[in-house]
Amino acid sequence: MSDSLEHASATAPGPGDTDEEASRSAVTYTVGLVFALLLTAASFMVSQAHLLWQPGLSVGLAVLAIAQMGVHLVFFLHLNSGPDSHNNVLALAFGLLIVTLVVGGSLWIMANLNANMMPESAVMEMQR
Amino acid sequence: MRIVVSYGFWIFLLSDIIMFSALFAAYAVLSGQTAGGPSAHSLFQLRHVGVETVCLLFSSYTCGLAILFLARRRLKDASILFGLTFVLGVIFVSLEFSEFAAMVAQGAGPSRSAFLSAFFSLVGLHGAHVTAGLLWLTFMMAQLKAKGPRPFVLRRILCFSLFWHALDIIWVAVMSLVYLMGARV
Repeated sequence: MSDSLEHASATAPGPGDTDEEASRSAVTYTVGLVFALLLTAASFMVSQAHLLWQPGLSVGLAVLAIAQMGVHLVFFLHLNSGPDSHNNVLALAFGLLIVTLVVGGSLWIMANLNANMMPESAVMEMQR
Repeated sequence: MRIVVSYGFWIFLLSDIIMFSALFAAYAVLSGQTAGGPSAHSLFQLRHVGVETVCLLFSSYTCGLAILFLARRRLKDASILFGLTFVLGVIFVSLEFSEFAAMVAQGAGPSRSAFLSAFFSLVGLHGAHVTAGLLWLTFMMAQLKAKGPRPFVLRRILCFSLFWHALDIIWVAVMSLVYLMGARV
C-alpha cells in the first residue's frame, strides 16, 4: 500500500465518527443482536422440542449455526461487499476452505478407518 | 492505517479459527467415545449454556456500542459500556468454571474418556480466550485512562473489539456442536 493512501486513510473519518453515522451503526448492532438472539432461541427450541425430523436434526442445527455466524460477521464485524472489505472477504474464504478441509477431512478419514476396523472378536482370534 | 491494522488482525483471527477447527474436528470424531463413562446427554445442562450464550451476545453488543462512543470521543459513555462488557464476560467465565468444577467433582474430568478430553480442550480453550480477552480489556481501560484517546490506544481497542466479536462466532459453533447436539432429545 502506497504512503499517500495510508496517510489518507489514517486521517479520513472512519465509521461512527459523526453522530449520524454512529446512530446508524448503533442500529446495525441492535439489529444484529436481535437476529443473533432469535437464531439462538431457534437452535435451543429445535434441539429440545420435536420440531424436526430427528435424523435431520444435526443438519438443522448446523444450518442455524452457520446463519448465526453470518449474522455476526455482517452486523458485528462489519464484513460487507464494499471495496474496503474485499481483502477481508478473500482471506475469510481461504480460512473457510482450510476449516472445511480440516473438519470434513478428519470426519471422513476417521469414519472410513472405523468402517475398515476388524471387529474386536476377530482381533482376539488372531492374537491367540 | 485503520484498514491495514484491522486486515492484519483479521488474518490473526482467521488463523485462530483454523486452530479451533482442529479441536472441533477432534471433538466431532471422539464425541461418542465415552469409555463407559458419562455421556454428553447426562452431563450438559442447557439452562447454563443459554445464560452463557446470552451473556456473550450482550457483551459483544455493549463492546460494539462502546467503540461507537469512543469514535465520537465520548469517553465516559464508552467506559461504562466497556465496564458492562467486562462484567458480562466475567459472568460467562465464572459460569463455565463452575460447570467444569461440577463435572470434575462428579468424576467426569478430562482424564475420564476421550470424549471428555476433547470436550475440556475445546471448551476450555475458548474459556481461556475469553479470560485473555478480559485481561486485555482491563489493560486497555487503564491505558485509555492514563494516556487518553491517542491513535495507538484506539487502534489496540479496535483490535480488542474484533477479537471479542470473533470469540462470539466460535462460541456459536461450540454451543451448537457440543452442547445442543450432545443434549438433544
